[in-house]
Amino acid sequence: MKPPVDKASLALGAYVYAVLAFIIIPLVIVIPMSFGTSDYLEFPPRGFTLKWYQEFFDSRQWRNATWLSAQVAFLTAISASIIGTAATYAMVRGRSSLATLFQILLIGPIIVPHIALAVGLYLFFQSIGLSGTVPGFVLAHTILALPFVVFTTASALGKVDANLEAAAMSCGASRFNAFRLITLPLILPNVISGALFAFIISFDEPVVSFFLSGVRYKTLPRRMFEDIEQNLTPIIPAIATLLIVLSIAILAIAFLMRSRAKA
Amino acid sequence: MSGLATLLLLSPFFAIIAFVFIYPLAQLLYISFTEPAPTLDNYARVVTNPVYARVLMRTIWTAVLVTGLAVLLGFPVAYFMSRARGTTAALVGTCVILPLWSSVLVRTAAWSFLFQREGLINSGLMALGITSEPLRLLYTQGAVVVAMTHVLLPFMILPIFGSLRAIPNDYLRAAAVLGASRFATFREVLLPLSLPGIASGSLLVFLTALGFFITPALLGSPQELMIATLVSQQIREVLDWPFASALVGVLTLFVTLLALIFSKTLRFDRLMGAQS
Repeated sequence: MKPPVDKASLALGAYVYAVLAFIIIPLVIVIPMSFGTSDYLEFPPRGFTLKWYQEFFDSRQWRNATWLSAQVAFLTAISASIIGTAATYAMVRGRSSLATLFQILLIGPIIVPHIALAVGLYLFFQSIGLSGTVPGFVLAHTILALPFVVFTTASALGKVDANLEAAAMSCGASRFNAFRLITLPLILPNVISGALFAFIISFDEPVVSFFLSGVRYKTLPRRMFEDIEQNLTPIIPAIATLLIVLSIAILAIAFLMRSRAKA
Repeated sequence: MSGLATLLLLSPFFAIIAFVFIYPLAQLLYISFTEPAPTLDNYARVVTNPVYARVLMRTIWTAVLVTGLAVLLGFPVAYFMSRARGTTAALVGTCVILPLWSSVLVRTAAWSFLFQREGLINSGLMALGITSEPLRLLYTQGAVVVAMTHVLLPFMILPIFGSLRAIPNDYLRAAAVLGASRFATFREVLLPLSLPGIASGSLLVFLTALGFFITPALLGSPQELMIATLVSQQIREVLDWPFASALVGVLTLFVTLLALIFSKTLRFDRLMGAQS
């Protein structure tokens, strides 16, 4: 039964769509701005050009930053999903007394301010020569991505019947083979979507990268930060547009994976 | 599964957390108490120097403001989303989730375009005749509050949505049948049942807002520092590590304490759960 449309519902609807406009407009506005011909930012943009995109792809600095971020994000996705899946499997299947400790440590990187982690890692990594290196970025980003990988994997693993593995093992499979052949295929869509989340978390991560970036090795967000701080040029809307397209693509794949898993 | 196997599978997790999370934070805390000599001076400076005490108060006040705004903007959206079906539900859900997974820098940059002297907000205000000349919007505390609310709003909407979605429609219909007005239904049914979601969202937004760095650094005024920007300034410009460590120490201890006290209300899985 549909409730009758009255003034209160209309007011609620109007309010909600106004808030949604507030949420979406700042994201949408950068797209037309990235095609504007003038050298400074204006809205609405005059003319149409792809020169800012060309400038981005032609610039050695931007290319290096993007490549560094992509490498780091790819390695972070791999390390976070392996470490996260192993830990989740142990927590869900094993009767571990470490459950409370595990949960506290898992939530830690979400709760503790990123600025604190960034400053701590800056000091520590500087002293052991990991600052501004790919392994340094990957280690730091893995910490930030782990909770999301664990949440995504745990929700799938909780639904897989433990008896399936018991059956496989009673037929002579080792626990590892039972996991590899039975459980992993069942939770794979969630593991992959967790890895995709880890990729995007790392690729976009600004705070830790701000402190860990060296003079030579700067991630894309670090370069963007400098550009926004110093000279706001239309190259930023162009990069923003590319990043938005990337997030939409990754989100879409992640959701497709998970909805297929449910079907 | 044997205890040994469980431990083996968990060891990479514990190792990386110990190495990259606990050790660096412990080292910072250690420095804050021991340099230049075993001392509490670094902490005394944070609390007694009026400049820094004001930074602390400003940070807390900004976080309170952002949290309040996020509840006011977020609750109706969460309610609408929890009752919507089909295309509407998908549309609203996408609007809420998309920003969550798009870069904080992109969103902060977008606000700096909007807040510019010749930006859309100023030209809109002038076209409507509300002001005759462009206002100074960028590099103000107001800009920081608006942009932070924008960045953190999904963290408020999703937990509230999670608790509202769990309320069966029958409850609302029953209230209506019994003659409750809409406001009474909201006050007596919706609000009490969604309180855990509101608490979880508010805590998440408040704690995150306290440590926010990127948005205040890019949109805020240098005269109205927030704690994270002050930390970065102390490290990059003043090179005062012990004092910066104390600032980080105060922030981290405060946030951790709040999180521990309210740990029952924090439901992180809701953030992911609401996405499925």
